[in-house]
Amino acid sequence: MTEYHVINGRAPRLDAPAKATGRAMYVDDLKLPGMLYGALLQSPLAHARILNIDTSKALKLPGVKSVVTAENASMVPYGVSPARYDETLFVKDRARYIGDEIAAVAAVDLETALEAVSLIDVEYEELPAVFTMEEAMAEGAPQIHDKYPGNMCAEVHQEFGNVEEAFAQCDLIRTDTFLNKRQDGAFLEPNGVVADFDRNGYLTLHSSTQSPHYVMRIIAMVLGLPVGKVRVAKPYVGGGFGPKAATNSIELASCLLSMRTGKPVKMNFTREQVFLFSRARHQFKHTLTTGVKKDGTLMALTNECYLEGGAYASFGIATVYYAGSLLGAPYRLPNMKYDGYRLYTNRPACGAQRGHGGVAARAAWEQQIDFIAEELGMDPVEIRMKNSMEAGDITCNDFNTSSFGMKECIEAVKDGSNWSEKKGKMPEGKGIGIATGFFVSGAGYPIYRSETAHSTVVIKLNEDGGTAHVLTGSAEIGQGSDTAMGMIAAEALGVPLDCIKVSSGDTDYSVDLGAYSSRQTLMTGHATKNAAEDLKGQVLDVLGEKLKVPVDQMDIKNGFVVFKGETPDFTAIRTIYAKEHRGFFDNPGEDEPLTFKEAARMAFLARGSMVGTGKYKPGELGGKFKGAAVGTSPAYGPSAQVVEITVDKGTGKITIDRMTDAHDCGFAINRTSVEAQMQGSLSMGVGEAMYEEVKFDDKGKILNANLGEYKIATALDMPNVDTIIVESNEPNGPFGAKEVGEGAIMPTIPAILNALYDATGARVQELPLTPERVFKAIQKKEEKEK
Amino acid sequence: MKKMICLTINGKEYELAVAPNMTLADLLREELLLTGTKKGCELGDCGTCTVIMNGKAVNSCLVLAVQASGKEITTVEGLETEKGLHPLQEKFIENGAIQCGFCTSGMLLSAKTLLDKNPKPDELEIRTAISGNLCRCTGYQKIVESIKDVSEGR
Repeated sequence: MTEYHVINGRAPRLDAPAKATGRAMYVDDLKLPGMLYGALLQSPLAHARILNIDTSKALKLPGVKSVVTAENASMVPYGVSPARYDETLFVKDRARYIGDEIAAVAAVDLETALEAVSLIDVEYEELPAVFTMEEAMAEGAPQIHDKYPGNMCAEVHQEFGNVEEAFAQCDLIRTDTFLNKRQDGAFLEPNGVVADFDRNGYLTLHSSTQSPHYVMRIIAMVLGLPVGKVRVAKPYVGGGFGPKAATNSIELASCLLSMRTGKPVKMNFTREQVFLFSRARHQFKHTLTTGVKKDGTLMALTNECYLEGGAYASFGIATVYYAGSLLGAPYRLPNMKYDGYRLYTNRPACGAQRGHGGVAARAAWEQQIDFIAEELGMDPVEIRMKNSMEAGDITCNDFNTSSFGMKECIEAVKDGSNWSEKKGKMPEGKGIGIATGFFVSGAGYPIYRSETAHSTVVIKLNEDGGTAHVLTGSAEIGQGSDTAMGMIAAEALGVPLDCIKVSSGDTDYSVDLGAYSSRQTLMTGHATKNAAEDLKGQVLDVLGEKLKVPVDQMDIKNGFVVFKGETPDFTAIRTIYAKEHRGFFDNPGEDEPLTFKEAARMAFLARGSMVGTGKYKPGELGGKFKGAAVGTSPAYGPSAQVVEITVDKGTGKITIDRMTDAHDCGFAINRTSVEAQMQGSLSMGVGEAMYEEVKFDDKGKILNANLGEYKIATALDMPNVDTIIVESNEPNGPFGAKEVGEGAIMPTIPAILNALYDATGARVQELPLTPERVFKAIQKKEEKEK
Repeated sequence: MKKMICLTINGKEYELAVAPNMTLADLLREELLLTGTKKGCELGDCGTCTVIMNGKAVNSCLVLAVQASGKEITTVEGLETEKGLHPLQEKFIENGAIQCGFCTSGMLLSAKTLLDKNPKPDELEIRTAISGNLCRCTGYQKIVESIKDVSEGR
């Protein structure tokens, strides 16, 4: 076993001291001299033709510096997937949801900007609207985008193996439906920006984004600037979870306003505007038909899914593919058919959220697998162990699992929860449930077609070698990536963590696709490791020349040069270093072994700036069929959970008593951060299972666009979680590491559903598990039994 | 018309002219550049703007600056003393109780308010004390553990 000095430990996060003392700067904490404040005018109607916009009164208001609308803004279409660029900066002739952007104002202060917005006169002609998937699909339904008839944003039809033939061989075939509800990201920091267009034609956008790189490309494309003139930098970001990955309206509007006024422009979403912009979890309606043999062997699955997508595509093309492809694992399933349909509606656009596209599918199928196990007289653990994939298995849709500790995770939660002592033996009103899941460790392909490296990293040594500065475009949004990259760099370079400084989240530092699809530990991690190794190699090259020792006879560990053979005489080097640092306090002691600092100083004196570079791009992955890219990844992280609950049969109220969670992260770079991701995933899963639903009135207006009525889990709702880290040593990961941030959310909802069934015998196939819904299901079950 | 107010923030006395509709959160952030106090909703739902006012944890987005006149305010910037970080800050850092950090200031101040009144709270009391501070990242566990560590002198 390799001995590590930094990774696999529990380092405090590099950003924690700044965040614990209020020093950490988030985007709304930035102020620039002469800064203007921007505000948006958004449609009050869900579907309306725009007949006229009169900005004259707004322009006359003292303090207003610029008013932009479709008339005077770039109308280059954009979006997330180039195949569906269906948005423009402002709506030209038609507003498609309450919140669609019509105009933006920049003024000397926020009050003036908001007043100017209220002075813009818009003449609307209200159009009939569609709000649900059923309405969107109805014959003669109002059409939201002329280009996409039938309100069909995207449809997917895939078959792997032969489902019909497989069903003919099955002993049991079961069909179930499942419905989740629209979620909101509910990150604590509302989206914000400060745009600054300078006098040399360079545009800098400070934004609370998860993907500076993608935002930079969209801004350059829409505003007609060279990529090299646009810099997107994220300060500390207060959570993202997916919805902050898509370019938003204030990112574009603030840049346009800054270019027009020559001044920095600040804009923020209010909490209500966060809900309006949305780009969060879709509503999915799954109908699953699963066929098994008597012994529980899974044979075939058909999955029909409808997604309520809102007014624009955003990440939705990927979502509709994920809602099918992510059932290809973690069980051996030779035959799978998927028909997915994403529908446009006159509601805010949905997009990516933690467990992208797969969370509802997972909940539906894991619940159904429990129903099947019951019909077969099998234990839920047994049916899952029987069908679980193992490392090296390739799914019917061509996912290659190079490491896959699914069975280890199931065993771990079975033992950790004391399952065998509890299942079937819980007292009245109590239940226990298990479920599994997995997620990709980075999308195998970028959102836009490109041969680009997914991550590049630069590491610069300062002149005395005492500090190595990691520069990366990757996005620390709270998940701990800066610390993970710092630890990887320290380990690979052979220095302690306190010799590493990390600067991230800036397109000027490097190309990195950003924080989505749980990609940074594996992908940015690889690039970081490569850059550190490159740098170490360069330092050892110079040292080898000076000491006449072959490079392969030396290494750097924990800040010291290690010689495999006899230690050569390095007094000449020590003398040079001491002369270079006369009067400094931190020179190596007389008896100390040769330090990395001394070696690095020699390298600097010989070669000048010492810079290591690294890059990562996955190899060819996945199948050749249409949509094969969605779900392919260099690695997959499986997860298993056991949830124990109490149900009050008189009220339908569920209390979660205990959660046991095991996740295979390949290799834990920072054990504390791995646990933190697991616990956070579970709390988001608990929220979606139990409370969260964005509700609308019959005109398409959100009824609960605030964190009081849209309920996420509080400290009183979450139990303590027993977190078990499983390490399978992923061959495609840096030091064996892979994802943890999303796989861990997958089993949460179905484990709760299965515990509810265990406790009550009531089948609930719709979320959230409000007391009312649970109570009614219990009543219905008891009626039937009478 | 602006109103004159006198208040103490982190042990320092201020005499300020403020607009009557300015919130305490905006006074701290915009006028005094104490940006450790966050604004997550401006409706009193999320708790990111929590500060301590005369010993009570309050949502500073729901307090007008004029209402804070004559009061003693502690913000996150006031937790650290010349002796170093507050034990809660130390434990939050050590235990990994901080992820995105946007709820952290409010969490620390709600936790401090609790421990100042009730130095040995049980877990339910801890969870109740921070139940007005939403966190979307951590699942609260490492935060609760940190508060417990401080209360038990670990």
